[in-house]
Amino acid sequence: MTAQELLDTLSSRFGSAILESKLDVNQPWIKIDGNRAREICLFLRNEPSTRFDYLMCLSGVDYNDGTLGVVYHCSSMEHKHKIVLKAICSKDNPHCQSVSAVWGTANWHEREAFDMFGIIFDGHPDLRRILLPDDWEGHPLRKDYKVQEFYRGIRVPY
Amino acid sequence: MDQPKALPTNYVTQPDKIATSKGKTVRTEEMIINMGPQHPSTHGVLRLEIIVDGEIIVDAIPHIGYLHRCFEKHAEHMTNYQQVIPYADRMDYVASMNNDWAFALAIERMMKIEVPERVEYIRVIMAELQRIASHLVALGTYGIDAGAFTPFLYCFRDREEILDLFEMTCGARLLYNYIWVGGVSHDLPQGFIEQAKEFCTYFKPKIKEFNDLLTYNEIFIKRTAHVGVLPRDVAINYACSGPMLRGSGVHWDLRRDDPYSVYHKFEWEVQTGKGEVGTVGDCWDRHIVRVREMEQSVKIIEQALASIPEGNVQSAIPKRIRPEPGDIYVRTETPRGELGFYVISDGSGSFYRVKARGPAFVNLSVLPEISRGAMIADLTLIVGSVDIVLGEVDR
Amino acid sequence: MELLQHIGLEQNLLTIVLVSALPLVFILLYALVTLYLEMKVSAHIQDRLAYMRTGWHGVLQPFADILKLLQKEDTVPAAADRFLFKLAPFVVFAGTYAGFAAIPFSSAYIGSNINLGVFFIIAASSLVVIGILMGGWASNNKWSIFGAIRSAAQMVSYEIPTALAILIAVMITGSLNLQEVTQYQSGGIQNWVVFGGSLPLTQKLLILPFTLLTFFILFIASIAEVNRTPFDLPEAESELVQGFNTEYSGMRFAMFYLAEYANMFLVSAVAVSLFLGGWSSPFGEALSGPLWDLFWFVAKGMFLVFVQIWIRWTLPRLRVDQLMYTSWKVLTPFLFLCVFAVGLILVL
Repeated sequence: MTAQELLDTLSSRFGSAILESKLDVNQPWIKIDGNRAREICLFLRNEPSTRFDYLMCLSGVDYNDGTLGVVYHCSSMEHKHKIVLKAICSKDNPHCQSVSAVWGTANWHEREAFDMFGIIFDGHPDLRRILLPDDWEGHPLRKDYKVQEFYRGIRVPY
Repeated sequence: MDQPKALPTNYVTQPDKIATSKGKTVRTEEMIINMGPQHPSTHGVLRLEIIVDGEIIVDAIPHIGYLHRCFEKHAEHMTNYQQVIPYADRMDYVASMNNDWAFALAIERMMKIEVPERVEYIRVIMAELQRIASHLVALGTYGIDAGAFTPFLYCFRDREEILDLFEMTCGARLLYNYIWVGGVSHDLPQGFIEQAKEFCTYFKPKIKEFNDLLTYNEIFIKRTAHVGVLPRDVAINYACSGPMLRGSGVHWDLRRDDPYSVYHKFEWEVQTGKGEVGTVGDCWDRHIVRVREMEQSVKIIEQALASIPEGNVQSAIPKRIRPEPGDIYVRTETPRGELGFYVISDGSGSFYRVKARGPAFVNLSVLPEISRGAMIADLTLIVGSVDIVLGEVDR
Repeated sequence: MELLQHIGLEQNLLTIVLVSALPLVFILLYALVTLYLEMKVSAHIQDRLAYMRTGWHGVLQPFADILKLLQKEDTVPAAADRFLFKLAPFVVFAGTYAGFAAIPFSSAYIGSNINLGVFFIIAASSLVVIGILMGGWASNNKWSIFGAIRSAAQMVSYEIPTALAILIAVMITGSLNLQEVTQYQSGGIQNWVVFGGSLPLTQKLLILPFTLLTFFILFIASIAEVNRTPFDLPEAESELVQGFNTEYSGMRFAMFYLAEYANMFLVSAVAVSLFLGGWSSPFGEALSGPLWDLFWFVAKGMFLVFVQIWIRWTLPRLRVDQLMYTSWKVLTPFLFLCVFAVGLILVL
């Protein structure tokens, strides 16, 4: 299935949840509504013609314009096609639906995105920090991150 | 909206909380034990919080991050792309060459650099040698997990030969900084090809020796067959990769299925677990996939050594690395599986954002699924068969 | 006390104490040798050299190790049961050492020539389990208690096959006194119980497969009794991180270590006395005499100890359920078969 066909399928089914797309680049991407990520991903996984059963990567991004993004790199083992999905949320209210029920692997990736960017994944079974200590302040990969002065009495900036 | 299908888990037993004894009901309690971060079988600083009922594991919760070195944050703060390669080296420190390559490939794809043929061959040789070295560490330490100490030293004896080859090439034995964007740091030294060929002839019988000593040992088979079974659909759902995925019987190898470099020029086969002594996807299958992959790697190295072309290895190295704005996700097959770099460039001389998708990180996330219902002694074998390198899990 | 009569000394308190301390001297010397042997054998199995710097080929290393252990701080965990924690290593060692009392080292030396020698050894070595349980429990460490419980289950289970195997030797020789058992086997290698003892030829040929099997099983069971690979679950460094002795340091740890090594020789000595002719020379009357007897006994014992070391550095470890399975469903039924068959053949 080509990216154009995929985009048509998605827009006819989800309409308003498909926001934007760019298909003429090396890795075509489709921007989706983060609050409907779960149903879109579930559709993509279960639909026989798309069958995106393998989530390669899920990354958080800070676009530095007041928005945060979640990028899903999906691929299909059966059809050997790939697609990139991007979901956008605002920095003030960073909410996005969790897809960990669709792909088990998203569980830890989402925890990492929460840890590093503070994106809250609604419906995630166990949203805790994963790499940083539980009592760390702030989300380090945000572009406006200021490191805390002290962590448990240890001076952090060097 | 239809609910996602419940994932199958391999619960063997679900322990009763209420037991009966002499007509009276007795309440039994589960015990929580902390395994790691300092424990010989967690292969580094992994911490497992395990809830056990007697010796049977009810749940195992991994806690990671003890080795977090802020790779992604560092990468954003470097002044150019080339400076990040030593950091990529230190992610999966058992397979540095493969990390370098994945990283360099991401930048090359972004900048659309064509690397010379000789460089591709050198990279394949290095990556496959590194794969053997990495699998040797995995298999040797797996023996220790099972209680057999001797195979470990045999593996390290052979790994030493590979490290000597690397030392000869770039002076380093563990963290190479050898594969650069567009090329490699040095051409192959004199005598390398002969010594590498010698290694191939030396190494082939050693695989058989290792199999006789450990793989086909009756006790070892008893310990690993039917243990930690990872069903095919769970493996794909958790995006496991490498020997972990192939052990579950999935015919998938990025070197073949998402081709890069010159792998298509060589004859080799993707190895999968077939459940020869137990169930498909058990620990033994993952073990044997690694063993057989070493044989395949030797095959690739021999072919590459025989047909390596001449050329300048540094001709394609760009003077200044400054990719167009955009993003790209590039994945390669490392010994542990799919190592991907998601790179966003804003057109400046350094990263806007890089995300490293480590295979060990993803493979480890399936651990709770496959360890429920196993025994404590099995858990060490299950963790060993996942073959994690904490440097890459925590980055 | 035959030794005293043998060398013509009076029986008084001093000489009795000195003579009973002879096995202790032996254990200490043996432990030094075996420490060295274990390291060297393992090293050569693993294609490396082991100690090379302390003395010629590192022969002084065991002394250095012991010196280091003596100097180490004797730590007790804060929440441990101090009394039991400190007592446990001594109980373990005492259990092992008591077993040596009934071992006939030579025709002239046996600590105590009691009629129920074998029985006494089985009883005394059961004390070891109590010591290990004590140490594991008193450490107040979850991993240690796992090790201790595993150890108790394992040693109790493997006493059944051990006792049954011993029973077969007793049936053939007709005595529980190890000195008499050994004398029964003297006169050359063909009289050893493992080769059917001094029975008439037809009976001997009939009984031979069963005695060989019994000896084999006894050896497996005795490896399990001393908690060595492939049955080293109580220690299992890759799972339980040394199990019951995790929390021990210094001299108390050394005590556990010494007991383990002494136990290795004890079980080998029992197997040698019952099946391999004890101190009797394999060449009949040639090369026999009190000192030769001692030599043969130690040589045979050390050979079995060597085999134990060899196995340890070759095989992986079993799992708890597989361990129990081996004992109850494999070794014990086979031994019942052997007991039945040997009994039948002896009646013939």
